[in-house]
Amino acid sequence: MRLLRIVPDNTKFDFMRFRRISFPVSALLSIAAILLFFFHGLNFGIDFIGGTLIEVQNKAGPADLAKMRTTMQGLQLGEVQLQEFGSPDVVLIRISQQPGGDAAQQVAVQKVREALGDTVDYRRVEVVGPSVSTELLSYGTIGLVLAIFAILIYLWFRFEWQFALGAMIANVHDIVLTVGFMSLTHVDFDLTSIAALLTILGYSLNDTVVIYDRIREMLRRYKRMPMPDLLNASVNATLSRSIITHVTVAMSLLALLLFGGQAIHSFTATMMFGVVLVGTYTSVFIASPILIYLGVGSHRTGGQELEEAEAPATDAAATPAAAQSPQRSRRR
Amino acid sequence: MLFFTRWKAAAILLMALVVCLFAVPNFFPERTVKTWPEWAQRRIVLGLDLQGGSSILLQVDTNEIRKTQLQGVYEDVLRVLREARIPFTGRAIKGSSVEVHITRDTDLDAALAKLRDLSQPMTGVLASTGQRTLNITNNGNTVTLTPSDPAVLERVRQAVDQSIEIIQRRVNGLGLVEPTIQRQGTDRVLVQVPGLKDPQELIDILGKTAKLDFRMVDLTMTVEQAKETHPSDSEILQGENGEQYLVEKRVLVSGSDLTNAQPSFDQQTGQPVVSFQFNSTGARKFYDVTAHNIGKPFAIVLDNKVISAPVIQAAINGAGQITGNFTVKSANDLAVLLRAGALPAPLTVVEQRTVGPGLGQDSINAGEHAAYAGAALVIIFMLATYGLFGLFANIAVAVNVAMIFGVLSLLGATLTLPGIAGIVLTVGIAVDSNVLIYERIREEVRAGRSAINAIDAGFTRALATILDSNITTFIAAAVLFYIGTGTVRGFAVTLGVGILTTLFTAFTLTRLIVAYWVRLFRPRVVPI
Repeated sequence: MRLLRIVPDNTKFDFMRFRRISFPVSALLSIAAILLFFFHGLNFGIDFIGGTLIEVQNKAGPADLAKMRTTMQGLQLGEVQLQEFGSPDVVLIRISQQPGGDAAQQVAVQKVREALGDTVDYRRVEVVGPSVSTELLSYGTIGLVLAIFAILIYLWFRFEWQFALGAMIANVHDIVLTVGFMSLTHVDFDLTSIAALLTILGYSLNDTVVIYDRIREMLRRYKRMPMPDLLNASVNATLSRSIITHVTVAMSLLALLLFGGQAIHSFTATMMFGVVLVGTYTSVFIASPILIYLGVGSHRTGGQELEEAEAPATDAAATPAAAQSPQRSRRR
Repeated sequence: MLFFTRWKAAAILLMALVVCLFAVPNFFPERTVKTWPEWAQRRIVLGLDLQGGSSILLQVDTNEIRKTQLQGVYEDVLRVLREARIPFTGRAIKGSSVEVHITRDTDLDAALAKLRDLSQPMTGVLASTGQRTLNITNNGNTVTLTPSDPAVLERVRQAVDQSIEIIQRRVNGLGLVEPTIQRQGTDRVLVQVPGLKDPQELIDILGKTAKLDFRMVDLTMTVEQAKETHPSDSEILQGENGEQYLVEKRVLVSGSDLTNAQPSFDQQTGQPVVSFQFNSTGARKFYDVTAHNIGKPFAIVLDNKVISAPVIQAAINGAGQITGNFTVKSANDLAVLLRAGALPAPLTVVEQRTVGPGLGQDSINAGEHAAYAGAALVIIFMLATYGLFGLFANIAVAVNVAMIFGVLSLLGATLTLPGIAGIVLTVGIAVDSNVLIYERIREEVRAGRSAINAIDAGFTRALATILDSNITTFIAAAVLFYIGTGTVRGFAVTLGVGILTTLFTAFTLTRLIVAYWVRLFRPRVVPI
């Protein structure tokens, strides 16, 4: 049986050259994401701004949204949003936070129940009061920052500080772009979104660490290879793994996206964007080339190449000539 | 890397098997499992988002607790100084302290000594701090008593404990099945009731402080007169239908003197009522009062509202009934509340999440479908990419998932919909460890190593990377577990457990399978 080769053996793609494109592009996208965040904003769910969420299923077939909207407006509960959720008979009702503190929120649910009566099934009722929502938001933010620093410290111990810094820049880049995506698509930003962001962070790092591991290994072995070549060789060596892994993760996510139901839809969509699109791109085009600017390997002593016989089959490392002349290897 | 001693191989297989076996109870109905030995009964608990039910987060009003505490100190100060016959003026509660002015300079030392006796050393875990319950300072003859921070904390802790007990009794009184009630943070209580569709009744019941007093109605003046003169010993309270009563502040008997309360029907009118019994002190006090006040009305006050104000017909001995505008249900609710006792402070619902059984079942189905679809895709892809080694990877992943269920059962963890997502994602990354190993082997083969050498080197080099990359994800999962609540925590648990089992299978099981394959077939070429 012929096995699938997604990335041909001996791929030698000059990733580092793309840093002249990828860095400005990423910078622009990040700025765009930040602008989106500030001017378009996030669609904060009730977890973070408080309020009431009611999912109802109309007992008599498809729901009449217009009629329900009129009914809701008659209740004078401030801003009420109605939206079809997954199927035509299911409606999601969002009621903004009621003035009057935690106790006042319960009253809104009572009013809706009285107004809709027995015509619907209550699939889900969530009420988050103002005191909890403030806490959840601060916990979420603290959690994200804490995770970034915990990972940073771990990487600092395991690698050199430049790697930790590079990974962190890549990290923040991922988070910023994903938040921009959430702002653009206007998906609900709630506790599960924080979970998604943290997972994206974990996966993106996972990827970055795999490449960094290889870079460190190459740094020890090829003391005189120019950094861009060494980074290229490392990224190329791990490229097949990166792609295969992301295909499998993407398959899992696709399954969740297609069959996982409405409740986790925004979660999986965000993950798909963050893990598959951004995470992969970041580790290859941002996290790796940034090491050049952070000065990794700039103080290496020009000693003899170690283990030359064991040189991997990547072209950049195949001949000592290439190692001494970065221009030539780049031209190929 | 490819050599395993016989006992080591046996230990690995045994461990994998045992952990997998812990997942078994989940596949049998609960009733069957109940007949098994205790240690084999652990199973995964379905989260409320999957089985349906209601989760209510209550906040204890800590300000109210502080106020009560301060009121207690205030009364203690008055009592102590009066007993010692020390004249004083200007006693008052100011902010979070009690202030009192000792009239004569000569009494100051004696007064301070007496007041210091009120301050007890902290007990329990806080004893080692050397703190006392009150901080006492004086500025000239003005003495200030402030409850110390640990004393306030301790009081709040006790109040929350007490609230939990009372909530437990109220929830049980309503006949709800398998509720879990737990403290959250310093001043919150989480109540979770599986299967509850409409939590409104429960919220109503929990929202009542249920402080019951029997007091005399003040007949010395009318309500209108009282509004102008503001009598110091009486207050105006609302009735059930908005009517107003002038009621004495002095409490004759309180709800804590009740031993029992039951819903029943009035023998004459057939109306629903709540009948109650007093304990011996309560009975004696109530008898004395009623014997002296025949013909006068007294008020039954619940949470500062007058339920009814009947006229005393005869001296009441030991038992009585509360009449009012009750329905059968409200009479029953009041009886539940009275039996459970009064809360030390009011509770507010700060968060409520309820999932109906329909959505729960839909979510379970969705999770299952996603899991099967994800697994199928990954299995096929791995076979296509790595052939025989893909099969090894698939075996490892299958064992991995079984082990996740085993560990989750062992922990008695709660499985939520995001938790299922965590498992599906774990399938995605569990193969990553295999991919890392196999890609490394491919590389080593290309570098010209012999089959066995390449496999050996592939494992050695890939495992370090696997460890590094998984630890970072694990850190993210740990943080998520720490900050997350409810369903998100469920995701963190499955993700974290998934990483641990992934490390186990990558470091032992996959290696063991490949090692045995190498030993059996002595391959010259690696088929990947």
